[in-house]
Amino acid sequence: MLLSGKIAIVTGATRGIGFAIAKLFIEHGAQVFVNGRDEKHVLAAIDRLKGEHDQVQPIIFDISDDNAVKTAFQTFYKSSKKLDILVNNAGILDDALIGMVTRDQIEKTFATNTFSSLYMSQYAARLMARNKFGSIINMSSIIATTGNSGQAVYSGSKAALIGITKSLAKEVAHLNIRVNAIAPGFIDTDMAHSIPAKLFQERMDSIKMKRIGQPKEVAGTALFLASELSSYVTGQVIGVDGGMLI
Amino acid sequence: MSNKKMITCFVEALGISEEDVVNTLEYNSIPQWDSVAHMQLIAALEEAFDIMLDTDDIIDMSSVAKARQILQKYDIGF
Repeated sequence: MLLSGKIAIVTGATRGIGFAIAKLFIEHGAQVFVNGRDEKHVLAAIDRLKGEHDQVQPIIFDISDDNAVKTAFQTFYKSSKKLDILVNNAGILDDALIGMVTRDQIEKTFATNTFSSLYMSQYAARLMARNKFGSIINMSSIIATTGNSGQAVYSGSKAALIGITKSLAKEVAHLNIRVNAIAPGFIDTDMAHSIPAKLFQERMDSIKMKRIGQPKEVAGTALFLASELSSYVTGQVIGVDGGMLI
Repeated sequence: MSNKKMITCFVEALGISEEDVVNTLEYNSIPQWDSVAHMQLIAALEEAFDIMLDTDDIIDMSSVAKARQILQKYDIGF
């Protein structure tokens, strides 16, 4: 039990990597607030996560809306008073060749993948500072550093997260708040299966371990970064990609 | 009571004396009230009054008078 007594918020936790992180955190004793913007999906995720545990609660709001983030944190503060772990996981992928990228695509992708991390971290860091303890984990991507055709917007939004991670890590280290990022490779999620078959195979061929990653393998790294196992680790970007990028 | 509590927050966060905490004291007008101290002041006020301030209010808190005005928005009486 690496997270006994800890309180965590995991964004985009209704499925995929976020769900796996919430599940693992609960198994390790954390009280987890499951975020999503769709009430039905959040409640369904909570039903699946509950089992014998009662330390899972919904926190429903759109992370890309700064006003919604503010209201959510003010409500969260009234009931919980402290926050130990924030996982900025929620993200969207909307591929398009550069000549066909719309302003709407750019704004939505950056609002969800990048700006939300800033809004969330603003409030989270203040709560964590009170207890001189906290871990913020940003979900970047292998594409942030390698780039990919048709993913200029997505890769830009995820690359920005690396800069945010490193800057924030420097800013709040003296408060014993650690900020790290995870850069997953090709992970077995709905997002991975949404790409064309040819591209899917190309990605598979580039993985040195010759298999797709599982969400729980990313969750394991999140657990490491959230727990005291990584008490002297901050400002890092940890790849979880089966050797895709070596 | 609230005024005394607010002044204590300024004294402790900025490292200044009680006499220096006057309505006209402004952010960045003295070396002690820089951005780092401002965030320490915010933390002190939030803890003292058991509130969570809106980011816009943190940015707007440009003087002692303004701080009092903002705290009143959070149902803190002076």
